[in-house]
Amino acid sequence: MTPLDSMPLTPGFADPVADAQSCFRALLEAMARPGRVQRLAALPEAPAPLSPAAAAALLTMADAETPVWTDAGPAAEAWLRFHAGCPLVARPGEAAFLLASGPMPPLAALAAGTEEEPHRSATLVLQVAALEEEEAWRLSGPGIENSHPLRVEGLPDSFLPDWAANATRFPRGVDLVLCAGPRLVALPRTTRIEEAG
Amino acid sequence: MVPEPALPDPPLLQAMRRRWMGLLARADAATIAARLAEAPALPPHIRLRGPETGLVMTRGRQGGDGAPFNLGEMTVTRCSVRLEDGTVGHAYVAGRDARQAELAAVLDAALQDPDRRPALLAAVIEPLAAAEAARTAREAAKAAATRVEFFTMATMR
Repeated sequence: MTPLDSMPLTPGFADPVADAQSCFRALLEAMARPGRVQRLAALPEAPAPLSPAAAAALLTMADAETPVWTDAGPAAEAWLRFHAGCPLVARPGEAAFLLASGPMPPLAALAAGTEEEPHRSATLVLQVAALEEEEAWRLSGPGIENSHPLRVEGLPDSFLPDWAANATRFPRGVDLVLCAGPRLVALPRTTRIEEAG
Repeated sequence: MVPEPALPDPPLLQAMRRRWMGLLARADAATIAARLAEAPALPPHIRLRGPETGLVMTRGRQGGDGAPFNLGEMTVTRCSVRLEDGTVGHAYVAGRDARQAELAAVLDAALQDPDRRPALLAAVIEPLAAAEAARTAREAAKAAATRVEFFTMATMR
């Protein structure tokens, strides 16, 4: 009858309240300790190409008041609209949350908030190939005592210059949540990244 | 997609669906279950959402065309299910009866299937509609007995 019939909806969190709370706690922990890999315990049954952690993060953060942009296709859009009830927007610059499963949208094109209200910025949930706490990058900044190692696979080459440019806009800027499988890492706008020698 | 010829056209299906969703929402779980005992078994389903109970703000308009205002919150239980063939059924029912919401959602999904529809309509929906019509008629008759004919009173004087 409708094109959606060929891509059946799947359930969201098994226990919507408790699961969203535990996922929120993990996101909070990830933002407070940039670079530490968090493993989510409760994962929704998300349609491809959404990774479980990215889907859980969106279900936790997005609601009817947060415009969401995603490149993940109609099945993922229908799933998000049904479970999170969030409006979907076509332009990345208008979104409060973005879920990128393919190429990373340029950070400079996303909402960065204003000097008076820097919290009105976008959070980009980005699916990557792998996340490991291994010495490839050295992270520093608030929430990290000295430095923290992190290795991310599947980011474009332009990521480090883009991230450095994002930091120059402080207090404006975009926050990042990297997801791989059931694991996620947050990179708030204050985190500095150096390539380990 | 090319619509299958066996399906009623969408506006008609929409009207039918609105009718059965309304009847199921106004019935109670025990009544629906009793009707289902005489119907063919419902297909297996998975829960997409709920059944969960929450509050919904009801809004009204004075005189039907005034500015909308918030009338108050009402308790609503909702449920969405999916059958194996991918059909999704929804139910929003007043109150906190989770079983009624789930039965209504499964029935909504099953009734969308043209093959299952005639048997389910006959076994569940039409009896519910008849019971509701009888109840309405009974209440109208009771009310009619106490009706005051102002026009008649004026002429009697």
